[in-house]
Amino acid sequence: MKSLKELEEIKQRTLDSVNLRKERTGGTRVVVGMATCGIAAGARPVLLAFLEEVKKRNLGDVTVSQTGCIGVCRLEPMVEVTRPGEEKVTYVKMTADKVKRVVAEHIVNGHVVTEYTIGAAE
Amino acid sequence: MEFFRSHVLICGGTGCHSSGSADVMETFKAELAKNNLENEVKLVQTGCFGLCAVGPVVIVYPEGAFYSRVSVEDVSRIVSEHLLKGRIVTDLLYHDSIHEDEAIKSLNEVDFYKKQKRLALRNCGVIDPENIDEYIAFDGYKALGKVLLEMTPEETIDIIKASGLRGRGGAGFPTGVKWEFTAKAEGDKKYVCCNADEGDPGAFMDRSVLEGDPHSVLEAMAIAGYAIGADQGYIYVRAEYPIAVKRLTIAIGQAREAGLLGKNIFGTDFSFDLELRLGAGAFVCGEETALMASIEGRRGEPRPRPPFPAVKGLFGKPTLLNNVETYANIPQIILNGPEWFQTIGTEKSKGTKVFALGGKINNTGLVEVPMGTTLREIIYEIGGGIPNGKEFKAAQTGGPSGGCIPARHLDTPIDYDSLTKIGSMMGSGGLIVMDEDNCMVDIARFFLDFTVDESCGKCPPCRIGTKRMLEILDRITKGQGKEGDIEKLEELGKNIKASALCGLGQTAPNPVLSTIQYFRDEYEAHIRDKKCPAGICQALLQITIQAELCRGCGLCVKACPVDAISGERKSAHTIDQSKCIKCGACMEKCPFKAIVKG
Ligand SMILES: Cc1cc2nc3c(=O)[nH]c(=O)nc-3n(C[C@H](O)[C@H](O)[C@H](O)COP(=O)(O)O)c2cc1C
Repeated sequence: MKSLKELEEIKQRTLDSVNLRKERTGGTRVVVGMATCGIAAGARPVLLAFLEEVKKRNLGDVTVSQTGCIGVCRLEPMVEVTRPGEEKVTYVKMTADKVKRVVAEHIVNGHVVTEYTIGAAE
Repeated sequence: MEFFRSHVLICGGTGCHSSGSADVMETFKAELAKNNLENEVKLVQTGCFGLCAVGPVVIVYPEGAFYSRVSVEDVSRIVSEHLLKGRIVTDLLYHDSIHEDEAIKSLNEVDFYKKQKRLALRNCGVIDPENIDEYIAFDGYKALGKVLLEMTPEETIDIIKASGLRGRGGAGFPTGVKWEFTAKAEGDKKYVCCNADEGDPGAFMDRSVLEGDPHSVLEAMAIAGYAIGADQGYIYVRAEYPIAVKRLTIAIGQAREAGLLGKNIFGTDFSFDLELRLGAGAFVCGEETALMASIEGRRGEPRPRPPFPAVKGLFGKPTLLNNVETYANIPQIILNGPEWFQTIGTEKSKGTKVFALGGKINNTGLVEVPMGTTLREIIYEIGGGIPNGKEFKAAQTGGPSGGCIPARHLDTPIDYDSLTKIGSMMGSGGLIVMDEDNCMVDIARFFLDFTVDESCGKCPPCRIGTKRMLEILDRITKGQGKEGDIEKLEELGKNIKASALCGLGQTAPNPVLSTIQYFRDEYEAHIRDKKCPAGICQALLQITIQAELCRGCGLCVKACPVDAISGERKSAHTIDQSKCIKCGACMEKCPFKAIVKG
């Protein structure tokens, strides 16, 4: 160890991987419906795609978790995205490709991908 | 970047380890692999969460779900329900960790944690103690960097002095003053030592720090080395702590590799290295001069002080010795400043204290509270009270060197001085709770039996005096006590305290003296009435059948292993006291509760 800067680098590099264990305050939450209906409709690849994108883009303050049935089984896989201080947005009939757009446009840049939302589908 | 959507923290402290956490960890590994979740879910083995009573404990983030008493059989449900499908397995959660609507409480809403303040234990149960990067992520080694790059040794000592930190090993000596003495002592070579001997029966605070956050101790020792001018340190840890020894060994290796121990740390000309020395588990080796003799490879016996170790310690050189928990506080004091530390605690006892809660208490485990918290808060709010609705009788603090505290002092704010005032002491932090079923004479005998066993034999007051006291206590508990025994115990106790060579003998009479002070009537009942009010001292008990309740069913006759019970069917039975071995088997069998002990 030669300097505080070097120590800080280790800290920053590791922080993202331990942040999850702190009390959550800010940060975007992604919740994937993973009940039997969701899994049958392909929720696992959707979940994995979120993880992949978050990892690729170094989005340390995003939590990706799952929940049970969100309620509209015919529209599964469903995903809820909540940015801090904003309304929850529900996306339906998600696929791995759609995930890429949601991450890039909504999570990173704050623009909801309206055409994938439950409002557009109904 | 590494990204896992979920972290599963499994307690790997000794408590949870012995209730099976290693198997739980292995099973998680296998189940995650089976469900292809290894790249999404991270498994972390941590140190102690504190709630040892309900171990093995597993916490799943980001939800913060607190699973307790997790068995190998439960793991597949947690993996397939919670980790795969996101459905928390509510029936496996710790009962107090969810709200009535089943929403998860954050940890500081849980009764056990609400009143706690974790400074020394801040990283325990949060980080992987075998991964130095995680320690660094929580500001580890930053205090060392700050001290080496921005402060002089004198400034460092001033901060510790100003914080008001006092030694957590028992005596409560001001830490900064000790550092200053050692810094000012003349010597071509100096040493920094850590006392991790933890010999009090029932104490496991230091073990938990070493198991859960070993780097905090290493960092603090390096800071101390810089402050006093030492380049070498020793950690004296008991060999009965295999997990702590393993994690310390790993931590020292990682710190050396990262250049946080060794030569020219942070590019300065300060060099410091550490070695472990394993103790063989003698209580007296926790005493500072005996500890140093033992490190040197000599017999672990104390010697008279002065000279104090600060002047003439290890290998005859000025040596700084502090306790594990004392060290664990240092990095934070450096980072947050002495004023911050001053705001926690009471006027003369700053900061927090870790207690190992044991005995008759619901939440057996490890707690850390601000100094000045009352015993009542610790026992009833954090500790969850006494099992089976029993009545609190006393709490023993300070182990074999301390004393008992009766119910009337439950509201005493706990700090060094208030405990001494009521005849006990802070000690290192063992806290054993006793209820109405504990016999105070028997407790005193238990602790004295321990000190007699552990006396090194060097000085007669301790070697012979404590033995004589134990003989008297033995007699009393066997119903052979005589008038004058209590006074003789008091006189012996006073003299031993005044004349023994080291702290072991000087404090050994405390459990006896304090139980006499608060529970003299129990001693008198044993001596005069030949009765043990709590029903513990076997020789003083009689098991009898209450004729008016006995229906003569004969179940007790069959249960008695020594054929001591006789009687006609359907009429009251009797016990032949000359044959009775007081095993109590008949009491358990009697359907009418007609058999009593007393
Ligand atoms: C018989 C005896 C046993 C002791 N055992 C311990 C022990 O296990 N751990 C400890 O830290 N201090 C123990 N001490 C106290 C040490 O002698 C010493 O005061 C302490 O380690 C100093 O560190 P501190 O100032 O940080 O408390 C013991 C003292 C005596 C007399």
